[in-house]
Amino acid sequence: MTTSPATATTTGATDTQAVPRSRFDWKPLALLVALAALALPLVGNPSTWLTLTAAGLAMGLIVFITASGLTLVFGLMDVLNFGHGVFIALGAFVATSVMGAASGWQGGAAQLGAMFLAMLAAMTLAGAVGLAFERVMVRPVYGQHLKQILITMGGMIIGEEIIKVIWGPQQIPLPLPEVVRGAWFIGDAAIERYRVLAMAIGLVVFALLVYTLNRTKIGLLIRAGVQDREMVESLGYRIRRLFVGVFVAGSALAGLGGVMWGLFQQNVVPQIGAQVNVLIFIVIIIGGLGSTLGCFIGALMVGVLANYTGYLAPKVALFSNIGLMVAILLWRPQGLYPVTNR
Amino acid sequence: MTQPLLELRGVHTHIGAYHILHGVDFVVPEGEVTMLLGRNGAGKSTTLRTIMGLWKASAGELRFRGERLDGLATPDVAARGIAYVPENMGIFSDLTVQENMVLAARAARHAGELDCTRLDWIFGLFPALRKFWLYPAGKLSGGQKQMLAVARAICEPRALILIDEPSKGLAPSIIQNLITAFTELKRQRTTIVLVEQNFTMARALGDSVAVMDDGRIVHRGAMRELAEDDALQQRLLGLSLGAHQ
Repeated sequence: MTTSPATATTTGATDTQAVPRSRFDWKPLALLVALAALALPLVGNPSTWLTLTAAGLAMGLIVFITASGLTLVFGLMDVLNFGHGVFIALGAFVATSVMGAASGWQGGAAQLGAMFLAMLAAMTLAGAVGLAFERVMVRPVYGQHLKQILITMGGMIIGEEIIKVIWGPQQIPLPLPEVVRGAWFIGDAAIERYRVLAMAIGLVVFALLVYTLNRTKIGLLIRAGVQDREMVESLGYRIRRLFVGVFVAGSALAGLGGVMWGLFQQNVVPQIGAQVNVLIFIVIIIGGLGSTLGCFIGALMVGVLANYTGYLAPKVALFSNIGLMVAILLWRPQGLYPVTNR
Repeated sequence: MTQPLLELRGVHTHIGAYHILHGVDFVVPEGEVTMLLGRNGAGKSTTLRTIMGLWKASAGELRFRGERLDGLATPDVAARGIAYVPENMGIFSDLTVQENMVLAARAARHAGELDCTRLDWIFGLFPALRKFWLYPAGKLSGGQKQMLAVARAICEPRALILIDEPSKGLAPSIIQNLITAFTELKRQRTTIVLVEQNFTMARALGDSVAVMDDGRIVHRGAMRELAEDDALQQRLLGLSLGAHQ
C-alpha cells in the first residue's frame, strides 16, 4: 500500500516556534570593499589605484575561473585534486597551438574568433582528459585523502612530462591578439583591454555557475551532494554520474582558466599548472572548501591584494596571499562562506 | 499466506573488520507498521542501512516483492519505492525546506512541479513546513527537521518507508505530533519499518515487532503481545514498557 493524500487530516503538529530568517552574509564582500578602500590612501594617486584595482579584479577573476572547478570537485567529491594544475597547463598549451595556427587571421572579429576557438578547444580537451583522469587516477582512491594527494600529484608530474613531449620543454610565447592589446583610459587611469575581457568572461562564468547551482535541479543536487552524498543516493539519484560531470566541468573550467592565464602572462611554460596550483588552493581555502561564492570573493581578494602589495611593497607581495589566508582563517576558520558539513 | 513486502533471510553485514549482522531473518507485511526494537548497538540501524544498500550484505538474501535487493546500488533500491529517514535525519541544512522537498520529489524539476494535492496533505500533517517553506532547513528546530525528514519520505507515493529513531532527542509534545502523523499514515495502510527506543511510540504505532540483539532477531510477534507481557519485555529489552508510561 502506498501513501495517499486522499484523506488529509490535520494533526496537532504545531511546532511553529520562531525560526531566524536567513540573511545574505555581506561581511566577506564588505571586507573586499574595505580592502580596496584602505589601499586608496596608501597608493595615493586615484588613477594608479584604479589601474591596480582593475588589474587585481581581472587577475582575481582569472584565478576564480581556474579555482571554481577545484572547489566544486572538493566540495562534492571530497577529492583533493592536486593534479588540477595539469588541466590549466593543458588549456594554455592548446591555446598556443590554436592561436599559433590562426596567427595569420586578419581583422578584429577573426582574431577574437581565434581566441574563443582556442578557449573552446582548451575546454573540450581539458574536459576529455579530466574524464580519463577521474576514471584512472581518482576513482580508485575515493575517500582516501593521503592517496589522493600522492596520486594526483603524480598525475600532474606525468601530465607535465607529456606536455613537454608534445610541445617541448621551452617557454612558448602566447601573445595577445592585436584586438585586445592596448588600454582604455579613464582620466589618467589605464585599464587594459584584455583585463576588461577577462573580467567579462570571469563574470559570465560566475553568473552561469550561480544560475546552475541555484536555479536548476542539477545545481540543487550538487549543493545537496556537497552536504550529504549518502542522503542524495537514498533519495534515488546516482551521485557517481554527478561526480563525473562535475569533475569534467571543473577540468574544462581549468582549461579555460589556463588560456586566460597564459594570455595574461603572454607566455606559457610546462610548469604553469604547478605555479597556479598554489594560488588556487589558497583561494579555495580562503573561500571555504566547496563554496562557489567564497571562491569568487576569495579570488578577488587575492587578486587585488597581490596588485596593491606588488605596487606598495614588492617584497611583501611574495607572501601577501599566505598572510591573507592566515588572517581570514583566524577570523573564520572554515573560510569566508563555510559549507555546513565541513 | 500472502507474500511479505520485504523479506530478509540470513543477512550478514560486515563494516570493515566488524561483523555487525549475524544472519538476520525478518519479514515486513504489506500495509502494516513493523517495529524494530532492541538495545543500543543491537544492529537496528545497520539493518535499515543494509536494506537501502548503503552497506552491502556480505551474505544472505533481501527480497522486495520477491525481487532480490542485495547487490543493488542505493539509488536502485530507492527507485523501487523505498524511502529512508536516517537517524540523523539527513536534512540538507543549506537548502530551504522547499528545495529539500523538490529533491525528494524525483519527478519534479522545480517547486512548481510538486504535486499540490499531496503537498497540502503534508502541510496538514506538518503545518510548520508550510510556515517555514522558504527558510533554510538548517535553521529549523530538531522537531521541525524531523517533520521535514518524514515529509520528504512521503512527498511521492512510496511502497515502504524505513524510519530510524524519529523520536530521538525530541520533546514529548513533538513526539506526540509525530505519533499523530504516523497514525494518519498507518490509517492509510502505509507500510513502515520503524526503529524506535521510545516505547510509547512503539506501542501506539506497532502492528508487529521484531526485537534485535547482538546482530540477530531474537523475537518476532505482534506488538500487542510484547506490550502486554512485562516478563517478555524484561527478557528481551532489559526493561518494562510499563515503567515508561
